Amino acid sequence: MESGIFHTTYQSDMSLRRTHAQKIRIILFLLFMLAFPFFANRYYLTLANQVGIATIGAIGLNILVGYTGQISLGQGGFMAVGAYAAGIMTARMGLPWWASTLAACLVTALVGAIFGIPSLRLKGLYLAIATLAAQEIILWTVTHWDAVTGGVDALVVPNPTLFGIQLNTDFNFYWVIWALAGLTAILTINLFRTRFGRAFIAIRDQDIAAEVMGVDLFRYKLLAFAVSSFFVGLAGALTAHYRSIVTWERFTVDVSVLYLAMIIIGGLGSVTGSFFGATFMTLLPAILTNLGRALKTSLPFIDSIIPFVQQATFGLVIILFLVLEPEGLNKIWRNIKDYFRLWPFSY
Amino acid sequence: MLRGFRHQLNSSTLQPGELQLRIEDLQLSFGGVTALFNVNLELHQSEILAIIGPNGAGKTSLLNCISGLYHPQKGRILYHRDGEHDLTRLRPHQIARLGIARSFQNIELFRHMTVLDNLLAGCHVHMRANLLASMLYWGPAEREQIEFRQYVEDIIDLLEIESIRKQTVGALSYGLQKRVEMGRALAMKPAILLLDEPMAGMNAEEKEDMARFILDINEEHGVSIVLIEHDMGVVMDISDRVVVLNFGQKIGEGTPDEVRQNPVVIQAYLGEDRSVFPFKMAVNNTSNRG
Ligand SMILES: Nc1ncnc2c1ncn2[C@@H]1O[C@H](COP(=O)(O)OP(=O)(O)OP(=O)(O)O)[C@@H](O)[C@H]1O
Ligand SMILES: [Mg+2]
Repeated sequence: MESGIFHTTYQSDMSLRRTHAQKIRIILFLLFMLAFPFFANRYYLTLANQVGIATIGAIGLNILVGYTGQISLGQGGFMAVGAYAAGIMTARMGLPWWASTLAACLVTALVGAIFGIPSLRLKGLYLAIATLAAQEIILWTVTHWDAVTGGVDALVVPNPTLFGIQLNTDFNFYWVIWALAGLTAILTINLFRTRFGRAFIAIRDQDIAAEVMGVDLFRYKLLAFAVSSFFVGLAGALTAHYRSIVTWERFTVDVSVLYLAMIIIGGLGSVTGSFFGATFMTLLPAILTNLGRALKTSLPFIDSIIPFVQQATFGLVIILFLVLEPEGLNKIWRNIKDYFRLWPFSY
Repeated sequence: MLRGFRHQLNSSTLQPGELQLRIEDLQLSFGGVTALFNVNLELHQSEILAIIGPNGAGKTSLLNCISGLYHPQKGRILYHRDGEHDLTRLRPHQIARLGIARSFQNIELFRHMTVLDNLLAGCHVHMRANLLASMLYWGPAEREQIEFRQYVEDIIDLLEIESIRKQTVGALSYGLQKRVEMGRALAMKPAILLLDEPMAGMNAEEKEDMARFILDINEEHGVSIVLIEHDMGVVMDISDRVVVLNFGQKIGEGTPDEVRQNPVVIQAYLGEDRSVFPFKMAVNNTSNRG
């Protein structure tokens, strides 16, 4: 409980950032994000951009899995839809990148809603299998529909421009990606302050009660799939433009599992948690790669086993995290905040 | 005790006493088990109707038919509100939209939400803002949230749960959860409130509070109430009419006094197994008085 904070109107009580500490944290974070590109080298900018895209994708998946309780193994497939739709519209139809990105989000939302239909009958593991089928169907389509997607060949996407500026560097792309990540976060947080978000959570917590409260399960489950896929499609479309190349290997079921791991480690049903999870799962392999490289120079004879050690460490760290803090990084973050809230009187 | 409600709680358009709900020849079975057999009953606007009967009599099944969760094999449930609707043909969310709200025998709250969010979730059918406006939390969407926050605060006042409004419901005591669940149903501005054992597992003081709230909702706001309850003392005190079910059949109906003296009802309970102790008490009371 925070003391000394008393909201005199419902409006201020219901506003998003209610305490000074929260406002200060947000401002510090924004300052850091604004300053970062001017100090970071190209490698760190690349990582930051990857984290940004992963954050958008993780928030999207969290809307469906964490908030609405509909498990999905179709993430990779939905990202592929976004990436290919955007890539094709930019490369073949000559649409400006932002128009094809928006259109790709809408296409992915529609595809997501269609593959969400089984959720009306299936729950839990059964739904997981149904969405896994969606994943495989989408990838099969992508690799076999040569006329449209180019099949297994890479689809080359021209560099986007914004206000006459070529978005051909990590520095320039950083602003686009993180502006959209910020927008995704705000839209999602808002969503869960209104009837739509509450209906989603209601479906997760107690679907029969939700129905009896007037929530049309059919509509709202499909809507959850659509809204979730919209943002996942955005992550896919950004990947296409950022990488300038779209290949199906980037969207396999591994990606679906990776994103599930992100939101579980970050925190289910939390936007901040999605960001933490995306950061963690992007940076950890990078750190392990760097460590491996350092080891290789000092201990050349273990060269061949380094990849295995990296994989094993990756798995081990994830397991340790899940065992030590099952509620994810977001919980750890909350504990830290709680500790400092009462500081210096915390005991 | 009207606590200055800023919004209308009851959304019914009928006058007190008008026929609101009429159940005709309702029949429901699960495989070989007959849960309801030829049940007929009526509910009038602003009435408190108690449904009593031993375990397994079909009380919950009856509520489940009304709220569209169970599909009876035979019979109709006619509901009056801007015309006549047969509820057996509607889906649960459509029935909710028509103003029928309920609580569950085994509390079915949204466990991970706060009390406030549970009640706001109850306002679902009355909120209008579209998806885009909601995600932008723009203009009408924000105004709507504030407006319903006020409404929900009135319910919080009514049920005296001010101090827990920001707590997660999963962590609350059983008694408080029952209260919050009733609050969530009230947030729907119901014309009919279906309560499935709202006082089960409560101590005497909690029961008294709950009875007071139910009377408040009924008398001050005119909401019709269908109440399933095992505590005969409470049933006799607050209900206008009582319907008795046994093995899925209606075996008695009338004012609390009539039902108490109905020989068929007494017989049914005397033949009942003794574990249903509130009934035994009730029957004993009756015979003492008779
Ligand atoms: N979903 C179901 N599937 C199978 N049988 C059911 C189902 N729901 C109820 N029944 C059966 O229908 C009968 C009536 O049950 P119901 O729950 O309506 O009784 P009740 O009067 O509410 O009892 P209690 O006082 O114990 O709550 C019982 O025999 C029960 O086993
Ligand atoms: Mg029951």
